[in-house]
Parts: sequence; structure tokens; C-alpha cells
Amino acid sequence: MNHEKMIAYMHEYLDEEISAEDEKELKEHLQQCKECFTHFHELEKSMALVKSIAHIQAPSDFTANVMSKLPKEKKKVGLQRWFRHHPLLTAASLFMVLMMGSLVSTWNAEQDLSVSKQPNLIVRNDTVIVPEGEVVTGDIVVRNGTIRIEGQVEGNVTIINGEKYMASAGEVTGEIKEVNAIFEWIWYHLKSGAREIVNLFNDEKGEEQSLDVAVFHPYIY
Amino acid sequence: MEAIIKKRIKQVLKGDQDAYAEIVEIFKDKIFQLCYRMLGNRHEAEDMAQEAFIRAYVNITSFNINLKFSTWLYRIATNLCIDRIRKKKPDFYLDAEVAGTDGLTMYSQVPAETTLPEEEVESIELQDTIQREISKLPEKYRTVIVLKYIEELSLNEISEILDMPLGTVKTRIHRGREALRQQLRNV
Repeated sequence: MNHEKMIAYMHEYLDEEISAEDEKELKEHLQQCKECFTHFHELEKSMALVKSIAHIQAPSDFTANVMSKLPKEKKKVGLQRWFRHHPLLTAASLFMVLMMGSLVSTWNAEQDLSVSKQPNLIVRNDTVIVPEGEVVTGDIVVRNGTIRIEGQVEGNVTIINGEKYMASAGEVTGEIKEVNAIFEWIWYHLKSGAREIVNLFNDEKGEEQSLDVAVFHPYIY
Repeated sequence: MEAIIKKRIKQVLKGDQDAYAEIVEIFKDKIFQLCYRMLGNRHEAEDMAQEAFIRAYVNITSFNINLKFSTWLYRIATNLCIDRIRKKKPDFYLDAEVAGTDGLTMYSQVPAETTLPEEEVESIELQDTIQREISKLPEKYRTVIVLKYIEELSLNEISEILDMPLGTVKTRIHRGREALRQQLRNV
């Protein structure tokens, strides 16, 4: 019997690629030939030993170590993931950014004196004067200038980025507000925005509520 | 499983690094084990296994999504280990064999603080013996034996991983088995 051939059969058997016919021949041979039987037994045993050591695990910090050594991911992706996970915050922060942007730009854009139009107001250089003995009706808004109040104002006075001088005879029936810092400017806008919304809201409600509005309005600031 | 891996790879391709952690988790034991049995040393094995995952990440764009990811990863790890074996070991490790002492490692020269039960000692000794005998195999036989008997991969997969004809893989496994039979028959 060919010994080499039988060893080749043994390997085919171990690879599970032996034909049924050859397998039968091998098995019959192994029962007769002690040398081949030993050879086969040793092959099986050594492979069983090799298999027996196959169950070690990677160190517990393995994944963390790998992740810490990876090249940094693009910032864009990190941001995208953050946006995906926090849709509400994304919307809110986007709103804030746009809001701030537009307010800051209006603040910076307006450097010239401007004043609300009332017929009896006098404008001299950067100063707006409420003349003595006169009564100005309606709210006055002065931007980038000074207001000197010598007469009477029936309404609110708002001074943005400027100063006010109040003569002893001067009188304002409403509130006087000075807005100078940029944050105040923003706050002023937010409040007037809120007031508009409230007005809109009240307008929609119709006339039954008009009494409430009258009471409500002066205190909205 | 394969579907999850594909999904994670697509996320990684879009630049989502976190998705890669899951891929590492899935394959870390297999890749670490492959490296450990190839190199016979925990330190080196950890370095090589980490390197394999890092390289796979860096080169993920060159991975063909229609192929099996594990095959590709195994190929990277195997090549790294083979390169490592071929280079002369420049580093010094505590569990590396001490020259001329036939299997003695630095660990055997460090007194053990706790005495292990006899059975455990025997089991550890047996494992060390088997590992030592695997390490004695020429690298080309060691690779196929580790892939087949430690990683339990099919001959076809091994042939793909090593980019080698199936016939060559079989021949090497047969020779590797014969060598180990000689080395381990008296264990």
C-alpha cells in the first residue's frame, strides 16, 4: 500500500475535501496499518492542541486606544452629527445667530441723527428740542442725538445712543428711555418685537378686548 | 452581521468616526488573537492589531464595499504581522524569549508573587508550549495554520486573504500540519 498516498488522503480528510470513496479506502487502511494510524492520530492531536488555545481576548481598553490614535475627523462632520442629534437647539441657535446679526448690523448702520416726525419739534445740529410752551403729542424717538425737553410731551420718549436734557418746565407724560449699549439696543428690539406680537394678537381678538389693550399697552415695556 | 458592518462602513465613509468604534469592537478579539498567535507576544500583538485597525480606517476609501470587510481586515493584519516577523525584532519585551534559554521568557525570571493551582500552571505551561511550537513554524506555514485553526477560516477565505491560489494554501497547510505533528506529538 502506498504510504504517501495515504498521507495525502489524511490531509484531504482534515480539509474535509476527501471523496467518499477515498475516505473509505483510508479508513480501511488505518485499521490495518499501525504506522499510518499513529501518523493520523498525531495529526489530529496536534491540530486539536492548536485549536485549544484559540480563545484569547483583546485588552479591555483596546477599542479606546485605537479610537484615540485615529486621525482627527473633519470638524464639519462633528458639527453635522451634533446638529442631527440636537434639532431643536440647532433651530434655536440658528435663529439667535440671524437675529443678532441683523440687530448688530442695524446698530452699526445708523450713525446719523434721526427723529420721529412731529411738526413742532425743532432740530438744531445734533439736538432735538421740544420748545418751551409747546405740547408735542405722540411718542418721540431720537437716534444718535441729544434731546432737550423744555416743553411738554404727551407720550413716551426714547433716546437711542444719545443724551437727554430736561428743563425744569419740561414734562413727559409717558416714559423716558435711554438705549446706549448694544445689548440694551437688542433688548429694546426684543421688547418692541414682543409688543408688536401682542398687538397683533389683540387685534385679532377684535374689539371686545380693546379696553384691556388700553390698560395693557403702557405697561408692556 | 454583515449588513450592520456595511452600514457602519458607509457611515465611516461619510466621515463619522464614531461608527468605526463599533467595527473595532466586532473584530478586535479576532484580530488581536491572530496577531498574538503569529507573533507570540502580547505587546507586539497589541501594537500590530491596533495598527491594522488604524490602517483599515485610513484606507477605508480603497475598500470595495461589495467585498467582505473581514477578509480585507485580515489581509491588512496578516501582512503587518508577516512584515514584523521578517524584520529583526528591535524591541525588547518582557515576554519575549531570552536568547539561548530555549523557551525561557523574562517572566520566568521574575519571581511569581502568587502561587497558582497546579492545574492552572499545567494549563498555562501547555498553552505556552503550543504557542512556542507555532512560533517555530516558518512564517508562511504559521500564517495558514493560524488562519485555519485559530481563526477557523475556510480555505477559500484564506486564499482570498493571502491573495494566493487555493492549491498553494492547501499545500502550505499540509506542510504546516506535518511540521506541527512532529513538534507536538510528544506533548
